[in-house]
Amino acid sequence: MPLLLRPLQPVGRSARLVLGLSFFVLFVLAWAVATLGGFVPRTFLADPVTMVQDGWLLLTRFGFLSDIGVTVWRVVGGFVLAALVAVPLGVLMGAYKPVEAFFEPFVSFARYLPASAFVPLLILWAGIGETQKLLVIFIGSVFQIILMVAVTVGNTRRDLVEAAYTLGARDSGIIRRVLIPATAPDIAEILRLVLGWAWTYVIVAELIGSSSGIGHMIIESQALLATGQIIFGIIVIGLIGLVSDFLFKAANRLLFPWKLA
Amino acid sequence: MPEPVEVSIEGVSRVFPGAGGRAPVQALSPTDLTVAKNDFITVLGPSGCGKSTLLRIVAGLDRPSAGRVRVGGREVRGPGPDRGMVFQSYTLFPWLTVAENVAFGLRERGVPAAERREIVAAYLDKVGLRGFAEHYPKQLSGGMQQRTAIARALANDPEILLLDEPFGALDNQTRGLMQELLLGIWERERKTVIFVTHDIEEAIFMASRVIVMSARPGRIKSDVAVDLDHPRHYTVKTSPEFSRLKARLTEEIRAEAVLAAEAH
Repeated sequence: MPLLLRPLQPVGRSARLVLGLSFFVLFVLAWAVATLGGFVPRTFLADPVTMVQDGWLLLTRFGFLSDIGVTVWRVVGGFVLAALVAVPLGVLMGAYKPVEAFFEPFVSFARYLPASAFVPLLILWAGIGETQKLLVIFIGSVFQIILMVAVTVGNTRRDLVEAAYTLGARDSGIIRRVLIPATAPDIAEILRLVLGWAWTYVIVAELIGSSSGIGHMIIESQALLATGQIIFGIIVIGLIGLVSDFLFKAANRLLFPWKLA
Repeated sequence: MPEPVEVSIEGVSRVFPGAGGRAPVQALSPTDLTVAKNDFITVLGPSGCGKSTLLRIVAGLDRPSAGRVRVGGREVRGPGPDRGMVFQSYTLFPWLTVAENVAFGLRERGVPAAERREIVAAYLDKVGLRGFAEHYPKQLSGGMQQRTAIARALANDPEILLLDEPFGALDNQTRGLMQELLLGIWERERKTVIFVTHDIEEAIFMASRVIVMSARPGRIKSDVAVDLDHPRHYTVKTSPEFSRLKARLTEEIRAEAVLAAEAH
């Protein structure tokens, strides 16, 4: 139907839901046909039924819930630490150009250092305990947040800043009452984005030198050729990501009603 | 009796440095102008004549390349609450409600909350937005946003009110109503007002003095007194005296607009 497929034409609520779900259904269907139909050897890829059974076993018999808890805590812990350092620094860099000139070249360089490459070094420095896991996530997130926040704050509408000046605002007032509230929704959006990346770092951190967590389960399952468990672990990560994304968006709607008003 | 001088612009010029190896642009030739206390003047000129630059220099948002501006005897060194400004673009803080926007300057100065509420309510009344105190700017029309911006500037009780084409983005009907509203407030409260516009009718209707500026580099071409009685009713726009002024200013502005168009 040509009317349904026009550039930029919006799609209805229910149609959107049906379309979104149908891809999941198609995906699982293709997977089931490939595995249950015998087109792919079971050793390499478990079928969906086995995956669900393995997952159930993991949850009920092998305490996988506590692994999930450990991983979530690592992500959140490392990410919160990174945000506590990066957001204030980013705001300062965006507001004060000399501060930006001082930090920006180094941060831009550090941003490209792959967090996963630090894992061996961090094990050397911090052992294989929780500190090391938190540090991997911290390093992976902190530079990204700093740079993105600095750019966002630096792009605050000039006329709003000027209006505040003509109303008698001083420098600290400009930062507290214009730059921060003006960019808060965008900063929240940056945090949501980087939290997603933090999830990839935590799994890498857990693949090496770890005795708990989702990544640890995945690497153990590899030794046992338990592809069903591996896939279940990956799906759990995806689901947690989906939930945290949803929570973030809901919080933003609650915190920044003026964006939607 | 003549009022004392409130604003004196003394040999103010502005040269913008050329970007990327291009020649510097002289936006404003050395300009002298004085504005009496509680006078309402409009600065009229084609776009790119430096009228906004001049206003921004008075506001302290831009620095003159030479010369100086004195307000109430003190030299302007930066923006301050004594010079309230209304911009052409909508500059309400989108994260604050209408009432919070109007209270912004008061809060910044540490006015106690109870007094703040009273002042805000009074100014929202004056601009006819009493029922919209809790709305966000996004929920308002352009005219309502600019009325809020005027209330926000006035609530701060500045010595001078600077307006940079505040009604430029509004449709004709709304613009006419806004002119009457602002003029009404001025007739009741008297403040020193500098109002920049490219609209000839607006320039005459609002002001007791119209300063006509020439095309770039901007300079003052003529200084025309408007002797229409106050309070002014919108019907004055069809009076013979108004038409005569309009004809004269149209001639002056047209010559400049032609020059400006050739320069671009």
